[in-house]
Amino acid sequence: MVELRPGARFQSTVCATEVIVVKGTGSAELTCGGEPMVPAGSAERAGEPSADASDGTLLGKRYGDGDETVEVLCTKAGAGSLALAGVAMAVKVTKPLPASD
Amino acid sequence: MNLMMLLEMAATAMGDRVAVGPSGSGITCDDLMGRAAGLAGRLRASRSERLLLCGEPGAILPVSLFGAAWGGAAYVPVNYRLPDDDLRALAERASPALAVADSDGAARLAGVDGLEIVEQDSLLADPSGGAEAADPGDWPADPDATAVLLYTSGTSGPPKAAVLRHRHLVSYVFSTVEFASAGPDEAHIMAVPPYHVASVAAQLSQVYSGRRIVPLAKFDPEAWIDLVRDQDVTHVMLVPTMLARIVDALDRRGEKLEAVRFVSYGGGKSHRAVVERALDVFPAAGFSHAYGLTETSSTVCVMGPDDHRRWAASDDPAERARLSSAGRPLPGVEVSVRGRDGTTAGTGTAGEIWVRGEQVAGEYADGGSQLDEDGWFCTRDSGHLDEAGYLWVHGRNDDIIIRGGENMSPGEIEDALLTHPAVVDAAAFGVPSREWGEEVAVCVVARSPAPTADDLRELVRARLRSSRVPARVEFVDDLPYNDTGKLLRRELRSRHASDPGSQVD
Repeated sequence: MVELRPGARFQSTVCATEVIVVKGTGSAELTCGGEPMVPAGSAERAGEPSADASDGTLLGKRYGDGDETVEVLCTKAGAGSLALAGVAMAVKVTKPLPASD
Repeated sequence: MNLMMLLEMAATAMGDRVAVGPSGSGITCDDLMGRAAGLAGRLRASRSERLLLCGEPGAILPVSLFGAAWGGAAYVPVNYRLPDDDLRALAERASPALAVADSDGAARLAGVDGLEIVEQDSLLADPSGGAEAADPGDWPADPDATAVLLYTSGTSGPPKAAVLRHRHLVSYVFSTVEFASAGPDEAHIMAVPPYHVASVAAQLSQVYSGRRIVPLAKFDPEAWIDLVRDQDVTHVMLVPTMLARIVDALDRRGEKLEAVRFVSYGGGKSHRAVVERALDVFPAAGFSHAYGLTETSSTVCVMGPDDHRRWAASDDPAERARLSSAGRPLPGVEVSVRGRDGTTAGTGTAGEIWVRGEQVAGEYADGGSQLDEDGWFCTRDSGHLDEAGYLWVHGRNDDIIIRGGENMSPGEIEDALLTHPAVVDAAAFGVPSREWGEEVAVCVVARSPAPTADDLRELVRARLRSSRVPARVEFVDDLPYNDTGKLLRRELRSRHASDPGSQVD
């Protein structure tokens, strides 16, 4: 389990994926490539993503859970795929905001 | 968390794309990474914790901003339009620092204690200055480190140094900008001065979205129009005084800028009359009106293109008037309007505007955090929220006119005056009155045939209420603005208050 809060950064232990939390707080089972994610910079990579969690992550994409309580942004792409409490997280397609600057 | 995350992502996905400069010969994202690494190495070698920037918009801006972030130094752009003594006093406050300056700035800063001065052309050519460039990815990760110090251009008192930490600015970009969303042909003209928060926010947003930055060193409406055409600019951001001057210049030239797709304006009160004319001279553009403060990492509320089109086309005067609003809060930002006693004001009731969110810094270098225990920041602006959740900004609290216990917004009176076809600009402010405490005074810039004072009083009476009718009307040649386009009502107020002849009884 990791503690989510906006701005918290996590890394995969089995691929190059890194994410930052954009929305959501509290304990969560956040995984990448089938393995729990850990605070960014806290672990070396070891092993490979499991076969059923290796669709990969896309740089700069937002990933959300079904009920829109959690959103993470991919800051480094990798071979594993993201899941929250065992459920795959999907790329969120949001209506872009008007550029304000 | 570090601003460098934004550039690293951009360079990974769009390394060959020009980040700043002309489309053929500008600095690419990869090149910007390389120069930032060099500058980071130079900053570390000289143990500089601040990078003071004294120069006009140019490629030096993003090199300095990202180089400072990588090197663990705060980026401190200063106002080069200040008189020498004030500029040097500001530089002394910011020192010790590595000062990056144009040749004029370098001469003016020479001899300030604790400054190591490097000319910007030499820094652009050789960012590391012989030091070893920083290693890939080795920027500091502390989200609470200071990213930017901005001396607020405030309309009152000596400048305060607003502190923006890496987490505030990174949150702002992550929550408002879609990564790599700009088409390869998009370009943003950067004309706001570097010491304005909008310049910092715009650099980060353009780099992260992949939009080329086209800097304009000295703002002048004609030069601006020419550069927009020459560099195929698609996105523009302006403070209202710049927008007004550009609209005038386009009118004079009988031209329209059809290729511009996006116009964003904010950073001061904008007049509806100017916006309505701008819609005409930028016929293909979507319009965005942003409201924000230095202390909130720029924009907190925005009224986007859909809103502009909808309200401009409405037959309902109340809806059409929404063109003067600041729109609705960004995702992740909360806005509340409160009375003096701290209770939430009802819909339509004026009060102080408070904001809360990850991007809200609300901190000064000498004064510490100004956030309350629940994280709310008081903007010291007055305004109200309407029934649809749109924020209306009335002006600085200090500018509110209190007549016989009734609070009046100067902006509302100015908007009424500007509906007169011959009124070019207007300022409303309070002057002391024995009977009412304060009474409404206005200064008006009018073209010929000018209306009479009584014409204007009748106009205000018809559009607003009799209590808003100005007791004193003065016709002037121009109004005082600070150099980022904020109307200095305070100056008019003190001029009139200190002149016994202007006492209104």
